Amino acid sequence: MQKIYKTITESAGPLLVVDGVEGIKYDELVEIETQDGKIKRGKVLEASKNQAVIQVFEDVRGMNLKDSKVKFLGKTMKFGVSLDLLGRIFDGAGKPKDSGPEVVAEKYLDVAGLPLNPQAREYPDDFIQTGISTIDGLNTLVRGQKLPIFSGAGLPHSKLAAQIARQAKVAGGEEFSIVFGAMGITFEEAEFFISEFKKTKAISKSVMFMNLANDPVVERITLPRIALTVAEYLAFEKGQHVLVILTDMTNYCEALREVSASRKEVPGRRGYPGYLYTDLSTIYERAGKIKGQKGSITQIPILTMPDDDITHPIPDLSGYITEGQILLSREIHNKAIYPPVDVLPSLSRLKDKGIGEGKTREDHAGVLNQLFAFYARGKEIRELALVLGESALTETDKKYLQFADDFERRFVAQGYEENRSIEDTLNLGWELINILPREEIKRLKPEHIEKYGKNKTN
Amino acid sequence: MKQGRIKKVTGPLVVAENISEVKMYEVVRVGNEKIIGEVIRIVGEDVYIQVYEDTAGVGPGEPVELTGESLSVELGPGLIANIYDGIQRPLKDLVEKSGAFIGRGIDCRALASEKKWHFKPKGKNGEEVSGGDILGEVQEKEFFVHRIMVPPTINGKVDFIAEEGDYTIDEIIAKIDGQEIKMAQKWPIREPRPIKKKMIPNTALITGQRVIDTFFPIAKGGTGSVPGPFGSGKTVVQHQFAKWSDADVIIFIGCGERGNEMTDLLNEFPEINDPKTGRPLMERTVLVANTSNMPVAAREASVYTGITIAEYFRDMGYSVALLADSTSRWAEALREISGRLEEMPGDEGYPAYLGSRTAAFYERAGYFKCLGKDDREGYLTVVGAVSPPGGDLSEPVTQNTLRVTKVFWALDSALAYKRHFPAINWLNSYSLYDSDIKEFLEEKGGKGFNDLRVKAMKILQKEAALEEIVRLVGVDSLSPKDQLLLKTAKSIREDFLHQNAFDEEDSYTSLEKQYLMIKEIIDNHENYAKNI
Repeated sequence: MQKIYKTITESAGPLLVVDGVEGIKYDELVEIETQDGKIKRGKVLEASKNQAVIQVFEDVRGMNLKDSKVKFLGKTMKFGVSLDLLGRIFDGAGKPKDSGPEVVAEKYLDVAGLPLNPQAREYPDDFIQTGISTIDGLNTLVRGQKLPIFSGAGLPHSKLAAQIARQAKVAGGEEFSIVFGAMGITFEEAEFFISEFKKTKAISKSVMFMNLANDPVVERITLPRIALTVAEYLAFEKGQHVLVILTDMTNYCEALREVSASRKEVPGRRGYPGYLYTDLSTIYERAGKIKGQKGSITQIPILTMPDDDITHPIPDLSGYITEGQILLSREIHNKAIYPPVDVLPSLSRLKDKGIGEGKTREDHAGVLNQLFAFYARGKEIRELALVLGESALTETDKKYLQFADDFERRFVAQGYEENRSIEDTLNLGWELINILPREEIKRLKPEHIEKYGKNKTN
Repeated sequence: MKQGRIKKVTGPLVVAENISEVKMYEVVRVGNEKIIGEVIRIVGEDVYIQVYEDTAGVGPGEPVELTGESLSVELGPGLIANIYDGIQRPLKDLVEKSGAFIGRGIDCRALASEKKWHFKPKGKNGEEVSGGDILGEVQEKEFFVHRIMVPPTINGKVDFIAEEGDYTIDEIIAKIDGQEIKMAQKWPIREPRPIKKKMIPNTALITGQRVIDTFFPIAKGGTGSVPGPFGSGKTVVQHQFAKWSDADVIIFIGCGERGNEMTDLLNEFPEINDPKTGRPLMERTVLVANTSNMPVAAREASVYTGITIAEYFRDMGYSVALLADSTSRWAEALREISGRLEEMPGDEGYPAYLGSRTAAFYERAGYFKCLGKDDREGYLTVVGAVSPPGGDLSEPVTQNTLRVTKVFWALDSALAYKRHFPAINWLNSYSLYDSDIKEFLEEKGGKGFNDLRVKAMKILQKEAALEEIVRLVGVDSLSPKDQLLLKTAKSIREDFLHQNAFDEEDSYTSLEKQYLMIKEIIDNHENYAKNI
């Protein structure tokens, strides 16, 4: 029998302390009925012999401690899944946010998820064509990868994410279902995504979870977990290829810090809890493929780096878990280049097995390395030219300078509606490589220079 | 009383009461599901337990049972080519028992109990033996002989030794003063396995990585660290080590890292052949994988599980290399548990004992005379990756590691951005084994090896100084001698130090070839210099 307690003795931030409890379990789900009959949910963070510390998922504003009741449900937090979730919009607690009806669940799944056994994983190596040169050509995304966008306040990361969601497809032409999780973003941003998805009809194959900036902060902690539970259901039970977009992970971490601070935990760097790495990994690691199964989960989390600082704990710890990062740069954005991808510090760790013959094209690896090397050198020379003046440069150095400018203007920059095929991206790469004299080209095989060197974009 | 009750649960930490006979670091079974935990603190009646699985659904009042044992690993034939989680459960068996996702409360034995191994006795009836003496051998893989040793704590007269034949690990293969000896033995992970004598290392571990072997070599039995920010190629360096270093056995610990990376190793190691034997690398490798999303307490245990297995192979007289990627995640696990214990934090929230634990771990490496009457020599080389937050090397984990390791390969994100790999910065890195293994390198590499290295290093250092000038006044204003130096330095950087791990040819360079390459570059330089 479920017991109901009216013994809440303390409320601090999103935490409640309930006394005199019996037979409770760690992590179990709790229902709180406030004095005016509203139901809020939470979970047990600390289970002691006769005291429980509860983290409430929703806003506790207006709650009276004396007359509110707490009920322990004896189970961990579960979310009802079914294919009817597609095309719907929910809030951070998993309740419908559009005007549609409640979804009838096919089954209930634990939102915490379980760790995927590395032995059962399949190594991701299916090339995803996003139609964006800086990603496809240089930082190739593969199916089952987690590749975040590291951005800054005011940079067009939402636009980039929406473009990827719209254009992403694999060689076979298979499309992606989209699970979208928004944490603490503004109304405008949320509307942008909803209208984008509606415009492209993507909405019918997406499930959206929306927690806006003025929605309860604590819901941001459960939201990505519910979203990923849905993604796992679609991928591993229904065989779909799922693209998960989570924005903005910085708001998620802030929420985590808030809960940690109200528990008076010993803080790690910059006040974030010491377990931030572990906690983030339980989100990011829920991407991947399983041997013998058709579906996959590809994650594109977005985070804004406070003060554009990549060493801030949030991007730093994320970078240690995710398989690379696409870094947006304010400097390139200010040159009116979209997407403002800062190519050199961007990285896709899984690209090596997703490119080359049979995946993209045999010269891909060479083109990629050559473009990186030329651009790195070009940027060095640009700095040098600032000190010495352009006239002091050698002929070759001037070519490098031209390369760096053309590379940014033609390769990096592309339209929001522009969907480049991988062949176009590689051919464009060759055009740029040809700016430099032949003897500077060191990272490409002679037979590839012979075969593709004269290629041009159509 | 052998059973107590749970008093409090908070994450991976459980507090139990009413168990007075409990010992520190004893293994206990927690809750109705009997999940595994370890006692890490006792305060009066309260017993603090770190639990190796998720504790969701466990609550106060549930039982806690004592097992009387410390957290141990099982050692014997069947270890090689296996992949374990942090508390030595084979991941393959976990897939069979709970599917692709790892469930809870699953018991899996570390070694296969049905498999029969062909045992050849070496010991004789009536012989006096003590810990470490070899009783027999099992040809575990085509090129790997598993030596069955008398467990370190046992000595006496052999009353019985089994004849040559096929046995499981649970069958009795010998009796010593009435004590039954089986092929499998257990050893507690937090206690170093005993040795006869520790010695100063005098040979180099050849890794086939030019920047490592020529410039910053590590000794067999030495310790090294690879700190670097994310994206600087720590993991690739570790993987290259695991693939190409000339050790007999490789233990790779994936400690709190990415799941896909472990899968990558699992796919690649059976495919790549060991250049020495021509057999798949997997046949000399044991993997311990506790990825970042697996339980944090098991991550803490994983490095000890790995090093105990490594010591066992060392005791057989092998050269073992242990790679831990990444020790920072291990330290974070310590911090998380420490935080839950409400201990007074040291730097950045890490517990005050971080330094002593790190030092104790690396001290288990070395060049040893092993137990046993044949005076076998064994090596245990330990290389730890460190993931400093924001690439800031002044943080506690890096600093504590640098204090105890003797080789430092500094990974540099600026080099990585230029796609210069391995992104080991030649100006900041160092190896303190230079003098210990000098003779070895001269003998195996070639005459004058050390001089060449010193010359090359000087050129690189001079280059760094000249670059500053070039930035201000341009290349043309340098003397011809300096211009030549810049060219040579570029050649050292691009042709020698830069090495492509993904290119079949370039991935491994033998020591002899490294010697010839660097000799060519330096000789050329000196010839040109003469004519200027």
